[in-house]
Amino acid sequence: MRALASDEVIRTEQLTKVYPGDIRAVDELDLEVHRGEIFGLLGPNGAGKTTTVGLLTTRIIPTSGRAWVGGIDVVAAPAVAKQAIGVVPQTNTLDRSLTVRDNLTFHGRYFGMTAHDARAAADDLLKRFLLADRADASVYALSGGMAQRLMVARAILHRPPILFLDEPTAGLDPQSRLALWEILGELHAAGQTVLLTTHYMEEADKLCDRVAIMDHGRILALDTPSGLKASIDAETVVRVVTDGDPAALATRLGEMDGAARAAVVEGAVNLYLKGVTGVIPKVVDAAEAAGYRVTDLSSTEPTLETVFITLTGKDLRE
Amino acid sequence: MTATATDLIELRPAGPAARRAFSGLLLRDLHVLRKNAGQFAIRTIMQPLLLVFVFTYVFPKIGQRIGGSQEAQAAFSTLLMAGVMATSLIFQGVQAVALPLVQEFGFTREIEDRVMAPLPVWAAAVEKLVSGSVQGLLAALVVFPLAAVIPATPVHLTIRWEYLLTIVPLAAWVGAALGLVMGTRVAPQQVPLLFSIVVIPMTFLGAIYYPWSSLSPIPWLQYFVLLNPLVYMSEGFRMALTSGVPHMHASAIYGALIGFAVLLTWFGVDGFRGRVLG
Repeated sequence: MRALASDEVIRTEQLTKVYPGDIRAVDELDLEVHRGEIFGLLGPNGAGKTTTVGLLTTRIIPTSGRAWVGGIDVVAAPAVAKQAIGVVPQTNTLDRSLTVRDNLTFHGRYFGMTAHDARAAADDLLKRFLLADRADASVYALSGGMAQRLMVARAILHRPPILFLDEPTAGLDPQSRLALWEILGELHAAGQTVLLTTHYMEEADKLCDRVAIMDHGRILALDTPSGLKASIDAETVVRVVTDGDPAALATRLGEMDGAARAAVVEGAVNLYLKGVTGVIPKVVDAAEAAGYRVTDLSSTEPTLETVFITLTGKDLRE
Repeated sequence: MTATATDLIELRPAGPAARRAFSGLLLRDLHVLRKNAGQFAIRTIMQPLLLVFVFTYVFPKIGQRIGGSQEAQAAFSTLLMAGVMATSLIFQGVQAVALPLVQEFGFTREIEDRVMAPLPVWAAAVEKLVSGSVQGLLAALVVFPLAAVIPATPVHLTIRWEYLLTIVPLAAWVGAALGLVMGTRVAPQQVPLLFSIVVIPMTFLGAIYYPWSSLSPIPWLQYFVLLNPLVYMSEGFRMALTSGVPHMHASAIYGALIGFAVLLTWFGVDGFRGRVLG
């Protein structure tokens, strides 16, 4: 019997998955997730987030490198490691042959609970997740949001030290998304360690204690959301669209007072400013003084998306 | 959940965890089977019922002589009994194992949850075989009285229990293993096609309507059908249930059935692993 000793709930060393055709889905990943934190993997589709979850949950065999979950080597002892893991996958994998309650009770049986304990845990979770009145319904009768809640309930029923959620709110309506965030907040408050993947920067920003920004199977930056935003060293990001040459405009705007950096992203100039007040007229003036017509302009505070753009030169939308 | 709830968790060693997961999965399958008992009955009974009804009730009544004399008729009813048992077990394997896998591997990807239970992936595949075999045994129990009672001419059974009690589970396992191979080695959307390509030829050329030795006038066919596991099931049931009807030697029957069981199990479990693991 091994109890969880270390504070390091997930660890990977040089974890790598190469698919045929030399596609490096996950490339020498070194990761540590601490007990009790919500850890986010943020990146566009194809960044390697789902493959990372697959590797950590024993579903994908690594090409090289190692990974531990709850101190258990996931390659050497997958059946032991699975007990430490709860998974909410991207698609609805509820057991269509069972009722809502039986999806939970049988899950408990798979994890070695007695019939009585499984039933008690199931009823408790159905109540907490506002599914009690659907207990005897078929899972076909659930809305997308309810199915998602049931999958979260199922994943935590055996009280795993770590909960994985793969794109948990993709395809959910805004109300269900908020409800799920609330549930995750409660679990976090109760000490649950969570690793989630997302391509919504807002979700990573709101929920996560630490965020790893991922692209092409590698981690580009890893910090708290505020640390990541502070790392680009700007207070304002202005997006300028011109009908002239954006690259030349970027060079000129980069010479402005208070300009930290300027770059062309998807045909527009992204200008990072610090210590500048009355930003918009100043930018317009500077552009016009350089002989460019500004056709569109917007300004925001730095977001995780800005960080991603700064790191990769492209935005998070697929 | 309290703040320390996750600290309290104790992970079981691999063996006990896997045994509990295995029995949990089996309980789930039996629960679903009980829930769908009506469906199970229909899919189990329909094919053998019609087979027995047409060949051994209707034909004799309308004078359509298959065996010839009254005596030969009775002999035919008796030998068909063995074929009906065998074909039911093959159908059961496909329906109890292959078709559910089409759903679990296909659109719903339910399998992704089932294999997160704390047992090795190969053991999850073996659970499918056990559950399929249990359904095969139940099917045998249902079909047996059916094939004995319906025929218009008396069925003369000489039950040799030592053969019957070994052939039934062995045949049920081969049926389930064939279902696992079909369900894992073929793209989910193409599994229904296997009925036409595999199951129907297997049943028509499975020594159901005649003893294998009577194929001797067509030697190429007689040897070709030896690739068909159903032949050995039919012959095995003939050996276990009848006397006076020719059948293969026991060692050939057991040797082939055990060989098919091992081969199909290995191929199916390996296919399951390939489907589940990336």
